Amino acid sequence: MAEFIRFDRITKFYGALCVVENLDLGIKKGEFVSLLGPSGSGKTTLLMMLAGFEQPTSGSILLDGTAINAVPTHRRDMGVVFQSYALFPHMSVGDNIAFPLQMRGMGKAETGERVKRALDMVQLSALSDRRPSQLSGGQQQRVALARALVFEPRVVLMDEPLGALDKQLREQMQLDIRDLHRRLGLTIVFVTHDQSEALTMSDRVAVFNKGKIEQIGTPRQVYDEPTTRFVAEFIGETNLVEGVVETVQGREATVRLPSGAQIVSAVSGNVASGQAVYLSIRPERVDLSETRGEARNVLETEVTDSVYQGDHLRVQLQTAAHPLIAKLGRRSREFLPGTKVYAAFSAGDCRVIAP
Amino acid sequence: MRKASSRTGRSLLLLAPLLVFLIAFFVWPLFSMMSQAVSDPAVLRLLPRTAEVLADWDRKSPPTTPMQTALMEDLKAVNDDQALGDMVRRLNSARSGFRTLMGKTTSALADTGNPPADLVSIDKRWANPEYWLAIADALSPLTDRNLLAAVDLGRNSAGNIEHLPADQSVNRVILVRTFWIAALVTFACACIGFPYAIIAASLEGWKRDLMLAAVLLPLWTSLLVRTAAWFILLQEQGLINDFLRWIGLIDAPLALIFNRTGVIIAMTHVLLPFMVLPIYSVLITIPKNLMPAAASLGAPPWRAFLRVLLPLSLRGVASGGLLVFISAIGYYITPALIGGPGDQMISSIIAFYALGSANWGMAGALGVVLLVATLLLYSVYARLSSDDPGRR
Repeated sequence: MAEFIRFDRITKFYGALCVVENLDLGIKKGEFVSLLGPSGSGKTTLLMMLAGFEQPTSGSILLDGTAINAVPTHRRDMGVVFQSYALFPHMSVGDNIAFPLQMRGMGKAETGERVKRALDMVQLSALSDRRPSQLSGGQQQRVALARALVFEPRVVLMDEPLGALDKQLREQMQLDIRDLHRRLGLTIVFVTHDQSEALTMSDRVAVFNKGKIEQIGTPRQVYDEPTTRFVAEFIGETNLVEGVVETVQGREATVRLPSGAQIVSAVSGNVASGQAVYLSIRPERVDLSETRGEARNVLETEVTDSVYQGDHLRVQLQTAAHPLIAKLGRRSREFLPGTKVYAAFSAGDCRVIAP
Repeated sequence: MRKASSRTGRSLLLLAPLLVFLIAFFVWPLFSMMSQAVSDPAVLRLLPRTAEVLADWDRKSPPTTPMQTALMEDLKAVNDDQALGDMVRRLNSARSGFRTLMGKTTSALADTGNPPADLVSIDKRWANPEYWLAIADALSPLTDRNLLAAVDLGRNSAGNIEHLPADQSVNRVILVRTFWIAALVTFACACIGFPYAIIAASLEGWKRDLMLAAVLLPLWTSLLVRTAAWFILLQEQGLINDFLRWIGLIDAPLALIFNRTGVIIAMTHVLLPFMVLPIYSVLITIPKNLMPAAASLGAPPWRAFLRVLLPLSLRGVASGGLLVFISAIGYYITPALIGGPGDQMISSIIAFYALGSANWGMAGALGVVLLVATLLLYSVYARLSSDDPGRR
């Protein structure tokens, strides 16, 4: 599929502060791309530039092959959903949703029809005459969503739209938005700092750090195959262990840990023997047992603490040189502090990351 | 219970200075102004016996002997020249000719060597029931003549309300002028203050502080000083005319002072903060992302302004307008210094009655008219602003 949106070497300065640095990003038509990163990483600024609220200091933004830097916001035809909803407080829910249609000079009958359909879509048909202030947060966000979709924009931009909702409502809305995306074939650019939200909803996730994209890929890629230490640590929980590469064979490398143990691990980037690297081991990929077993990578550890957390058991371990965390399924048996156990994981469950 | 009531007592004690202040400097002056407007004791105070006798009079027939005797006794008993003067002025304003009649009568009564038999023998006019009617009407302790006169109305001899003759009808013209000037000033303040508040609210940091300080600074300066400054600026040889001539925009100096233009310029400047601050305080409560949201939904800037920012800020404009208008109708110093004779507002007339001619009744009545106008405006505003349940 051809690229629909293209950020071409975008740089943005606020005064002397560089918020986005020489950034390239392509988004396909119908794709759901999340911009994920901590606050101040430039993800919202990028979205604001796409919406036309901000101008890039240099570089150009292309929509369907045409540069849109000089196109004002109101002619970009992009629906924006804001974190704080930005509903017009002096208009009813119905009038809020009709607003973009009226701005496009649509007739009364068709406007009414479309507003009705949009309200049906977000299941708020009964509340058309209410004022936004009379709605709950979740309902307001649905209205904002309906308003951003009713005029069938070319792109839908969402700036942390679920940040103000409580956990349960947020998860429901995540699934609703994902469903809308699939049904309507929308192109969505979604800004969030919540990694689980990004993993749940997106076709691709772009992980932002200090104005740059650290890694972009499918949720599975950025979670299972982090290429940088930042990505490994920002998405999910991980054990980062320092080590030195001994040998590299194809997509696998042997790494010697400070404790002297040798670990065989998958490699994402380019590493050479003798290089100091990090090993990223996901806690939920670690198995514990009292016997050494058959696994390729086994570390001798001692349990220092174990916490029951409902859906999993979190065990803190100490090897000869570094701590290690393991998350075990709820069927696992208890591990008492002081117990000597073997921590085992396969080569595919850990990752060599160049520092 | 006891503890609670002692606590109430203590809080009342804390409030006492405020209550005393309010009563002494707000409630009491207001009350006395309003009672001045309707009270009319000048005649009744001096003629108690006449009042008793006149109560039985049929208001048509010629004066009876008891009426004349009572009035003579009353007039003989008067020993306060100022009170007598007040009474004569009051009666003369109801029926001209009383001044000479009373002068003649009191000097005749003072002549103890030759006591007159009755009043008609002093002056034949006393036989005319119209003079007695004037006295009878003036004897009531309450009157509506000040209030009616304040809006150019009066009672004719039959007691019906009618327009005063044109040569006495100045108040209505001045009231209309006052409201017109206040409306123009309000309009000018809105035209300048609304954009100013929008710009101030859209800025941040020191720029916003600077713009607000520029509005507030005049507020902290004495009104007299500001008016005097305009007096200097607006003169024919003043800074404004000099500047306009220097840049070649005009050949002859513009007439900016002692006319309506000058009054409106100066009053607009003085009252601008009262427009800017309410609008500003409403604007900063409007979420910053509404205008970007409108733009993203396809609204060009001017339509976004008309559909979103303007309706949301109208409350500020309304309260600012009300503040400016109500302040403007009470203006006195600025029109007096900057305006011409045709620009004097109702306060000048009140000041004239209160200070110039000691007619406290008229001053009070005009004050009541102003107060009523203000309260009416305020109730309209309160009705409008509470109409909208969706907004708080």
